[in-house]
Amino acid sequence: MMKIFQQSFKSLALVLLVFLPTSIFALNEGGDGGQVDTKNEVDAYIQHHIQDSHDFSLFSYTNDEGERKHFGFPLPVIVWSSEGLRTFMSSEFHHNDDGHVIVEKDGVKFAKIHSKIYELDANASAVSFDADHHATNGHKVLDLSITKSVIGVLFIGLLMLFSFSKLAKQYKTKKIPTGFGRVLEPLVLYVRDEIARPNVGEKHYRRFTGYLLTVFFFIWFLNLLGLTPFGFNVTGQLAVTACLAIFTLIIYTVSGNKDYWMHILWMPGVPVLIRPVLAIIELAGALIIKPFSLLVRLFANISAGHIVVMSLIAIMYNLRESFGIVGSTSLALVLSFFITLIEVLVAFLQAYIFTMLSALFIGMAVAEHDHEHEHDDHGHEVPDAQDVRGDFI
Amino acid sequence: MYNLIGGGLIVIGAGIGLGQIGGKAMEGIARQPEATGKIQTAMIIIAALLEGLAFGALFLAK
Repeated sequence: MMKIFQQSFKSLALVLLVFLPTSIFALNEGGDGGQVDTKNEVDAYIQHHIQDSHDFSLFSYTNDEGERKHFGFPLPVIVWSSEGLRTFMSSEFHHNDDGHVIVEKDGVKFAKIHSKIYELDANASAVSFDADHHATNGHKVLDLSITKSVIGVLFIGLLMLFSFSKLAKQYKTKKIPTGFGRVLEPLVLYVRDEIARPNVGEKHYRRFTGYLLTVFFFIWFLNLLGLTPFGFNVTGQLAVTACLAIFTLIIYTVSGNKDYWMHILWMPGVPVLIRPVLAIIELAGALIIKPFSLLVRLFANISAGHIVVMSLIAIMYNLRESFGIVGSTSLALVLSFFITLIEVLVAFLQAYIFTMLSALFIGMAVAEHDHEHEHDDHGHEVPDAQDVRGDFI
Repeated sequence: MYNLIGGGLIVIGAGIGLGQIGGKAMEGIARQPEATGKIQTAMIIIAALLEGLAFGALFLAK
């Protein structure tokens, strides 16, 4: 009993240690004051949350004097401009996101517009916009900044490195893992026995289990991190999901065997005239559609979940006039609570589906053709049930 | 405006498809409860493929 208390105290202290520095970075900024359009503000807030950001802001409010107070920490901005590498902290932008604050570093001027860093032309002193609100005297730069999403990826990466190496070490001395490993072990076995083994095939699954486990836990942990109040939206970034989908694409393209390429480029069992047409369709399917569906599914599910939760929280402001403060707040609380519960399920389901489909695609690429085709009177191959089944998947 | 109508049509189509998949899977499970695991796995895969298609279309409609 005592040990449990000690353990939980230790983890609590760790959490506090990580998030205590937030109070250091409190910045004053002149607010506009006056009446704000709640609907537009909520819209802008949700848009801002869905995007990656250059500073880690936890919350902000306007105090009685009309000052805007921000709580969070600045993150390093690393950009490759036309003059070379430039680094500075994002706090130099003073939370400005519409290009009004210009940071000059060694002769290069930068402005932040909608969470993107622009480099201004040498003689420009302010950003000018055209009718579509695009900057006319600046251009985007190669942005290698440690953004909020990068922090999330690094955090989860370190967490996985720590917890799984600890789990692996425990098997050297004990038969049964202790602590957090006891939660992870059944999940590892589940991914191996229920996802990798049946979908990749008994013969090859060992080679790919490592990748499938990594991708499963990476997506699952990041999805769960997105449900914490720290406002991460890592798996809702197209760049992150595209990167994961490209990993799967490379793995099944590189490890595809002769039969796989044969079925893509010169499909057996169909008339010769149709084969080139099928080759185009199959190539597009293997190289574009499969990874595209993987990346869009994860991105859209997680983004949609975040938008729904935040819109339900926004009921609190939007329906305040019709339902009163208590009514609108409790409505928002109840709805967002249940949607968040569903999101916990979706977090697991999306990690499962991504891993499952990756395993399926890899399995299709490495499947061995251990049966002979029947031939008809003219010597053509007759497709059998096993060939046809692959086309539906 | 038109993309909103398109989005609505996509959601209707995806809803019909998901209803078919879920309903048939339920029926299959009721007929053969011992095959629940296999049916569920297949159901989730097909639902995921459909969802990928629908989200792709919604993404383009946006």
